[in-house]
Amino acid sequence: MIPDFSRLKKNIKNKSECRFHFKMAVLADTATQLLCTAIEGYGVEERMNIDIYEGPYNQVEAELYNPNSGLYAFKPDYVLIFESHKKLLKAFYNTPLQDRDFFADNKFETVKNYYNIVTERLNAKFISFNFCEENDGVFGSAAAVYPASFLFQVRRLNFLLADYASKEKKFSIADMLSLQNNFGLDGITDEKIYISSSMAVSIDALPYVAKCITDPIKAGYGIIRKCLILDLDNTLWGGVIGDDGINNIQIGELGIGKAFSELQQWIKELKNKGIILCVASKNTESIAKEPFELHDDMVLKLDDISVFMANWDNKVKNIQRIQEILNIGFDSMVFLDDNPFERGIVKQYIPEITVPDLPEDPSLYLGYLKKLNLFENISYSDNDTERTKQYQQEAKRVTDHNFFDNEEDFLKSLGMECTVEPVTAFNMPRTSQLTLRSNQFNLRTVRYDEVALQDFAAKENNYIWNFSLKDKYGDHGLIAIVMLKKNDNVLFIHNWIMSCRVLKRGMENFTLNYLVEFGSSIGCKLITGEYIPTPKNGIVKDHYDHLGFQKIHDLWELSLPADPLETFIKKKI
Amino acid sequence: MTENELLAQLSLLFTDVIDEGDVNLTMDTVADDVEGWDSLTHIQIIVAVEKKFGIRFSLNEIQLFKNVGDFVRCVKGKLS
Repeated sequence: MIPDFSRLKKNIKNKSECRFHFKMAVLADTATQLLCTAIEGYGVEERMNIDIYEGPYNQVEAELYNPNSGLYAFKPDYVLIFESHKKLLKAFYNTPLQDRDFFADNKFETVKNYYNIVTERLNAKFISFNFCEENDGVFGSAAAVYPASFLFQVRRLNFLLADYASKEKKFSIADMLSLQNNFGLDGITDEKIYISSSMAVSIDALPYVAKCITDPIKAGYGIIRKCLILDLDNTLWGGVIGDDGINNIQIGELGIGKAFSELQQWIKELKNKGIILCVASKNTESIAKEPFELHDDMVLKLDDISVFMANWDNKVKNIQRIQEILNIGFDSMVFLDDNPFERGIVKQYIPEITVPDLPEDPSLYLGYLKKLNLFENISYSDNDTERTKQYQQEAKRVTDHNFFDNEEDFLKSLGMECTVEPVTAFNMPRTSQLTLRSNQFNLRTVRYDEVALQDFAAKENNYIWNFSLKDKYGDHGLIAIVMLKKNDNVLFIHNWIMSCRVLKRGMENFTLNYLVEFGSSIGCKLITGEYIPTPKNGIVKDHYDHLGFQKIHDLWELSLPADPLETFIKKKI
Repeated sequence: MTENELLAQLSLLFTDVIDEGDVNLTMDTVADDVEGWDSLTHIQIIVAVEKKFGIRFSLNEIQLFKNVGDFVRCVKGKLS
């Protein structure tokens, strides 16, 4: 998933439209031509246009301290300082023996000076690499505990930098050390290349180094991933729940189950920091939920999942539904699935979504995912927790549903309010759209464009009522429309349409109560309605029956006055 | 693999790494003959060749290459 250097280099020739533009100065004590190419090319990959100033070789201090340097003329937004462990080791060896205990503290002071200059004189943000840790072998294993060893000092320096960066907003660290943990010292630096050309980063490591610089900047622009969508069978547990049953899926301490448990623990940690978890699984919903509810070894429980989509629709459709519910961009979602076929389809239809190519072996899933750095934080802003909270609220309406034992308590808790109004110039487009587009909750499927609707409403004894619904989570807008024709003392429901988004909210009862009230107020004794079947409107086949109408020949009838039906929706005056 | 086959493969690899048009190598080609073959692309070429053929050059070997012929013979030696 991380492009190689050759691709980054080619990117620069094909710069496409970018989302952001910023200027970065790179000051280093080793040769950085290829590093700069990698950063610029990685920027293109992420649609960031990075204008780079490459300081002269090994002139970090001269560039910073001289106000006439190229650095000052460039006016960078970010200054990246890359001092390599190679040069640090050299400086350590050049330090008198008696001063080596203080080597880290002295170097730390130097870096703080860099930082002050960058923030105060250049008014830029400061990024410094931390240092690869190396036991140079001089003190043997004792180096780890011997203060005058390079290993001890470089570790201390890394800690001092991290501690300082945690307090200073404009100071951030490019985490070379984590890259060293992943690739090893030999993977970060190719000695042959270092000796022949003074480059401290190997060609294979360059894209990763570029990524660790650009990821936090990208996050600073608000481009972060907020949602993890999970497949279930062979992704969250081993085996197929529908075939193997709850007692035979692999999860827990035994065998391969451990790999899935560790993955779940990691995912739970993501949830704790604010990542929204969703499920998209081809399964029967009740069977898919069983392990979450009943299996002791499941780390993830049902209430960790914001949106649970288990059905036999394709994954693209389910991911689109999740997107609609959460109302966040596809580019902020990650989809995890063991099946390359499913991954391929999702990638094809939703190119913005991130789809890691999980290794075949489940024991390799987690290590692979950790290296991708999928969930970058915003290091340059405090908004993170706030933002997370906002998205959680949006997902909550769905989650809340799980907390209530019965439908009634859930509906009561929603605090629903409905506005009823006639058709106006303002709501005309949406009203017409409902009659044109609704297929399912549509009793007679008569379509009206805006002109036809206007004509209908203008006729004497014709009425149109629009219903808009709000609840404590937000505004659903105009969700239902009823068109009426009065003939003598009979009120005929010419059409009744409702958006399926608000099914099972008691909206039908509320609407009928309003019709009863309205019918009585204009002197009607009877409300009549008709259901005209289409291939799509089966869900309202028994609509009038449920509402207490009697079927007389082809029409449904309700005598007025009639008792109001139960509803938890308040009428908004 | 014959020297000619190696030359053909290396030409493709050079073309890809340098990315400034087709490169057609002969045994006598030197860096000055190829537009864009400088010290920076040279490193990338070395690494790309190591990867492609699963071999490693020593620092000495790299420094002793005087022309493409030296390069080809070195690769050929490591592969056999």
